[in-house]
Amino acid sequence: MTTPVVEAINLAEKFPGKVTADARPGYSGWIISKENLVEVATFIRDEMGYDALTNLCAIDYLEQKMMEVTYQVFKTTGGPVLTFKAQAERVDPIEIPSVVSVWPGAELQEREAYDLYGIRFVGHPDLRRILMWEGFDGYPMRRDWKEAFYEEDAKPLKSRWPEGKHKLAETRATFGDNVAFKPGFDPDKWIPSDPEELLYATLKNYKSEVKDGIKTDHVVVNMGPQHPSTHGVFRAVAVLDGEIVVSIKPVMGYLHRNHEKIGERNTWLQNIPYTDRLDYFNSMYNAWSYALAVEKMMGITVPERAEYIRVIMGELSRIQNHLILFGMLWNDLGSYFTPALYAFEERELILDIFEAVSGSRMMCNYYRFGGVVRDIDEASMKKIKELVFDRLPGKIEEIDRLLSENEIFVSRMKGVGYLSPEDSIAYSVTGPNLRAAGVPYDIRRADPYGIYDRFEFDIPVRHNSDLLDRYHLRMDEIHQSLRILQQALKQITEGPVLAGKPQYTHRVPVGEAYGRVEAPKGELGYYVVSNGKGNPYRYHIRTPSFVNITSMEKMCVGTKIADFVAILGMVDIVLGELDR
Amino acid sequence: MYGYGKGILKGLGVTLKRFVESYLEDLNWIGKKYSAEKTAFHSSKNQRGTFTIEYPEQKLPTPEEFRFVPFLVYDEGESGKKEIRCTSCGICAKACPPQCIWIVRTTDPSTGRPVPQPAEFYIDADICMNCGFCAEYCPFDAIKMDHDYEIASYGRNLLNKERLMKSASYYASIRPLNNAREVEARRAKEAAKAAKAG
Repeated sequence: MTTPVVEAINLAEKFPGKVTADARPGYSGWIISKENLVEVATFIRDEMGYDALTNLCAIDYLEQKMMEVTYQVFKTTGGPVLTFKAQAERVDPIEIPSVVSVWPGAELQEREAYDLYGIRFVGHPDLRRILMWEGFDGYPMRRDWKEAFYEEDAKPLKSRWPEGKHKLAETRATFGDNVAFKPGFDPDKWIPSDPEELLYATLKNYKSEVKDGIKTDHVVVNMGPQHPSTHGVFRAVAVLDGEIVVSIKPVMGYLHRNHEKIGERNTWLQNIPYTDRLDYFNSMYNAWSYALAVEKMMGITVPERAEYIRVIMGELSRIQNHLILFGMLWNDLGSYFTPALYAFEERELILDIFEAVSGSRMMCNYYRFGGVVRDIDEASMKKIKELVFDRLPGKIEEIDRLLSENEIFVSRMKGVGYLSPEDSIAYSVTGPNLRAAGVPYDIRRADPYGIYDRFEFDIPVRHNSDLLDRYHLRMDEIHQSLRILQQALKQITEGPVLAGKPQYTHRVPVGEAYGRVEAPKGELGYYVVSNGKGNPYRYHIRTPSFVNITSMEKMCVGTKIADFVAILGMVDIVLGELDR
Repeated sequence: MYGYGKGILKGLGVTLKRFVESYLEDLNWIGKKYSAEKTAFHSSKNQRGTFTIEYPEQKLPTPEEFRFVPFLVYDEGESGKKEIRCTSCGICAKACPPQCIWIVRTTDPSTGRPVPQPAEFYIDADICMNCGFCAEYCPFDAIKMDHDYEIASYGRNLLNKERLMKSASYYASIRPLNNAREVEARRAKEAAKAAKAG
């Protein structure tokens, strides 16, 4: 496997006056003047071959009085990401052209940037708040916006030491004073005219018609936010014609806690345990790409043994993630808990290992910049080997026997939720769902990180792009993960697991970095910006759940509302990282 | 494609096998249901039969690295005097991600200079996220993560210094390997210091 070459086309020469190279120290990529953004973006997509947009996020440069939007795009044929930026003066209204017309996958990410930074994306088809509620005043990710429990811009807080007289948090900011309202706005007296008006307006219009002499009507159905099959507090608003979905929109933000704002207040290290809370099924994978991004900026090389441990933990995590998906999917489809609990058994054994190694079953907090926190002890190593070589292959086969050929299951999955490969790429779908559409894109091969280039494994691909293929693809992936694990366990060498001494403060040079990994649910990316201080200046997470949900409407329209449950289950969302 | 019903029967075969197994396996453990041996069997590669354990009669063993809300270690001095290891340097409070550690440093009333001992030490256990950074970065082995996870209560779990203090022998009992490593490291440091002085 060779590392793909860096893009040779010089955009600044191609578009003189419209594109300049980003020359700030520590930064890379191109700055495109916002007037020409769509033109250049189209060129990047059509002529340079960057067919998928992966990450889009805003950065508030308060001192420079500038708002910047960063785009990361990749080629589905492989290679590193291309970064480009558009800048606007930080005076409201801040306007930047929308790139939804070029990459439809930007839709939800642009809404997020609008919601949190107040950047108006001109030409966006449906620019509404997405994570915050409609009546919310202000843009919470702006550097000058202060949250309810605000004490200082950055941790560690001075009130904790050496004069740390404890005060209960709830006495500092009592409920009622912890949100910012528009001037003169009284929440007690506010009666919403129609809070859902904006939302419903984006759905396909109601239609009345007379069929066979009976007047029929479309029905709006709200699924969630409290619905067992939405895996948390996720809501979908659908317009139905009988049982058939005509139009569907995701509504989210019920679990929103502004993770990124917390991340900017935290020190670099303090963010690691917070990443565990994103996709709480895969905390062993989440911190990896954050560590990659920061290690890139700091120029740390990870010791050999630590790289192997990361792979071992990551692949174990992938196996248990897919097992939960199978179990919960069956649960959603109505077979109650038998498959779920069978799948949970193997997951428990994997979590036992995580607990012994990291100290916690789910909130592992195991990664550090430059390695991992501690070595795998003898007993755990023995357990991992027993699991990987002796137990898991047989048990996976058992689950396969239990589920895969079940006729009821097959008839519910086959041909449902089709998304063409072209649409999958356009809507920035990553992970197993992209590969089930016949696009063999896996970051472990396409843009290798860690030591994945040393292992022999296949990237499973399926071609029908329906739910059944997405299911089989994940089963294939478990087998490949076992293959990687078996090789890693044979190859692993002795040695240190952390570069340098353990330290709780880090000097991160000024600059930006984007770290990306193939998490079990898709591409997980961290875009971090440092201004040389002890805390990140910008800390953005591109989570697979959030971006993959963009294509939901495309998959659901024309299917029955009952299939929506299965489709959503197969998108494999987890609300911890969807809402952040 | 498939003989209709064959796939379902295949799947039901798995559940039937499991069903029978769970009874057969129980026969092997008559009279030893709550033994440590049986609990260990639950997390071994040979596990079969009923997977769940019956909490609180049975409990999964906590591995050494298991971490829950931290505690402060004290050494037992002469005549049972509690000598707290903490010097109130504040590293744990600075490293703490949710900032749930509050420390008041002791000052000598006559000179007004700080004394290396905490006057007050609070951990807001409801805010603590059990990450273990405080224990990881403490240079004095003074704050460690606990194994006692049954601390649910009806009110706020604000732990003060008295509540947080636990003996070094307790620490050695829950984390024997870590403790042995640390004792050895301290001894080596002392020896190096003595050699330098001598």
